[in-house]
Amino acid sequence: MAEEFSPKKKTYVEDIERTLYDIRDEDRSAYKTHSGLTKDIILDISKRKHDPEWMTEFRLKALETYNSMPLPTWGPDISELNMDEIVTYVQPDAKMTGNWQEVPEDIKNTFDRLGIPEAEQKQSLAGVGAQYDSEVVYHSIQEDLVKQGVIYTDMETALWEHGDIVREYFMTLVPPKDHKFTALHGAVWSGGSFVYVPEGVHVEIPLQSYFRLNAAGAGQFEHTLIIVEKDASLHFIEGCSAPKYNVTNLHAGCVELFVKEGARLRYSTIENWSRNMMNLNTKRAIVEKDGIIEWVSGSFGSHVSCLYPCSILHGENARCEFTGVTFASKGQNLDTGASVIHAAPHTSANINTRTISKAGGAATYRSAVKVTRNAPFAKCSVNCESLMLDSESRSDTLPVMDIEGDEADIGHEAKIGRISDEAIFYLTSRGIDEEEARAMIVRGFVEPIAKELPLEYAVEMNNLVNIELEGTMG
Amino acid sequence: MSQLLEIKDLVAGVEGKSILKGLSLSVGKGEVHVILGPNGSGKSTLMNVIMGHPKYEVTGGSIAFEGEDIADLKTFERAKKGLFLSFQTPEEIPGITVENMLRTAKQAITGEKVKIVPFRRQLKALMEELKMKPEYAERYLNVGFSGGEKKRTEILQLLMLNPKLAMLDETDSGLDVDAVQIVSEGVAKFHNEENSCLIITHNTRILEKLKVDKVHVLMNGEIVEEGGPELIEEINSQGFTHILDRHSEGK
Ligand SMILES: Nc1ncnc2c1ncn2[C@@H]1O[C@H](COP(=O)(O)OP(=O)(O)OP(=O)(O)O)[C@@H](O)[C@H]1O
Ligand SMILES: [Mg+2]
Repeated sequence: MAEEFSPKKKTYVEDIERTLYDIRDEDRSAYKTHSGLTKDIILDISKRKHDPEWMTEFRLKALETYNSMPLPTWGPDISELNMDEIVTYVQPDAKMTGNWQEVPEDIKNTFDRLGIPEAEQKQSLAGVGAQYDSEVVYHSIQEDLVKQGVIYTDMETALWEHGDIVREYFMTLVPPKDHKFTALHGAVWSGGSFVYVPEGVHVEIPLQSYFRLNAAGAGQFEHTLIIVEKDASLHFIEGCSAPKYNVTNLHAGCVELFVKEGARLRYSTIENWSRNMMNLNTKRAIVEKDGIIEWVSGSFGSHVSCLYPCSILHGENARCEFTGVTFASKGQNLDTGASVIHAAPHTSANINTRTISKAGGAATYRSAVKVTRNAPFAKCSVNCESLMLDSESRSDTLPVMDIEGDEADIGHEAKIGRISDEAIFYLTSRGIDEEEARAMIVRGFVEPIAKELPLEYAVEMNNLVNIELEGTMG
Repeated sequence: MSQLLEIKDLVAGVEGKSILKGLSLSVGKGEVHVILGPNGSGKSTLMNVIMGHPKYEVTGGSIAFEGEDIADLKTFERAKKGLFLSFQTPEEIPGITVENMLRTAKQAITGEKVKIVPFRRQLKALMEELKMKPEYAERYLNVGFSGGEKKRTEILQLLMLNPKLAMLDETDSGLDVDAVQIVSEGVAKFHNEENSCLIITHNTRILEKLKVDKVHVLMNGEIVEEGGPELIEEINSQGFTHILDRHSEGK
């Protein structure tokens, strides 16, 4: 083993070629606020966004909360983040439209490269949202879904056209006071998607929102609010990426998912931020009786990530399936995992994660499972496996269990390991070269996750794994 | 006859421990050789070293395959030259299906793109002959396989990859009567005058369908005796100590 991983044998590519993601557009934003965070900046953002009055007040209150809260004392080091240097609002020089031809050419080209309009044309997506810096520049939804009462639009439009619903739900599941960065989010949020699926409606083809941050030193704070009514179902896909800069960018998005009785929501994410990104994202779902939330979460990018999607199993028999993969490479500290709160009888959760670290990257799996007194017969199984590709990389598993309820059935399995030399020998003895053998083993390691991803994303993940493994072999 | 495999004075060990102590052995093209030896005598080590396992350190002697010194070749290069090892304890490798591994291996060895339809047809037919359920092609390599299923999968690979030299390390151990029959039929199907077999066994039933050309007795890292198939019978009835005694007497 020592031999396999000896430093002299390694030839690291200093920084991974992420060509596709790294092409930056010239900054042609229409407007940017000053950097930092003051009441004036919040008022400026609110005015430019034509907020309803209640939202302006909401923002100001969230700012107060932000100022009164300490930074989190646990998790990765985020001291590099200096809010005084972050531009929280960057308005692209584009109006929201439902026609790609009306999107400015450089922005459209960016989304073309990411394959978004193409997927839409092939009808593998029933609706698309595309955000560029702080605002959504494109949104579409298939006509038959509209006829069934499905709403899929940017949050700004939703604020005016579906104000009652938004006001009823917005930041009730993830309140600003949750932690410092949700407070920040409440103050400066911009963009994101709003989805409403009426009772009994099944959205058969996924909807996808893509978030692209182009401006250097900026933050992206999109808000995604999804309500899936009784016995309805939806698959929502979220993608994000950014080109790399040598200044810190910040992402503090917020996702709130309401899964009503008997409803089913699958929320798939592939996050591929550039390696100057602080990704401090908060996602939460509340699931009513017989409802199901399925998270599929891939974390590949960013410099630092803190991401622990939370599922509150609020109704009897509510279920959560969490499937996640995290790949931390050089200069990355990815702290990811999941949290589940069993708050009703017979609720069940299945958490299944794989993390990979290489070239000095650090990957931490962190989970919290809570079973309240109100949740007899709760069932939860956690399976997390970590693979370290060399001896400089770090992997940790930090599962926390807090069981109050009776007769809970809780299982936990954690494995941290390295690629076995015997497995490499086996495959190479069949004629497969070492590099390919290693890639096969890594792909095999994430296979249970890959097969849950939407096809394009599974392919993308495969490519990312291949890119990451290139140049690291002995 | 020219030798397919020619080992001379091989000295090898692991982590400072010497295991093979100047071992010589040759296998000609088209021949079937058997290695007998007590537990821990170095039989598996020998095959691992021939296959180029990086864990073992070779400190002396030479290994030639088809007249070419292969000591500096990596394991996958040796496989591409036509060496194959059926493992005593095959690895379990999660996430890689039997079919996927075989397709990748076949492509690597032949250097040609594998055509999926004929490949599947061949795989299916061979699995049938080895009495393996077709769904095993879709299972992860050896994961959760019983001992016998693992050994059958090794023979499946042997037949799919069709090497020049098949080294079988106790492929018949831990198999029930029917399975030994199936596996030995598989080996017999593989063998022809163009390829060779080097077989480690503690039984003889795997040999029933093969004509054994030569038997090597390996003890304490050395070949202490060589002979024809009659040696098998002798050791079966009288044990290894008998051979050892004969040697010390001879000295
Ligand atoms: N990786 C290793 N580390 C330490 N000792 C080893 C290692 N591999 C083999 N050995 C030792 O070398 C000797 C020969 O082992 P080997 O597996 O080659 O025996 P064998 O003849 O195949 O035995 P068996 O019939 O039990 O399979 C044994 O004493 C074994 O313990
Ligand atoms: Mg052995």
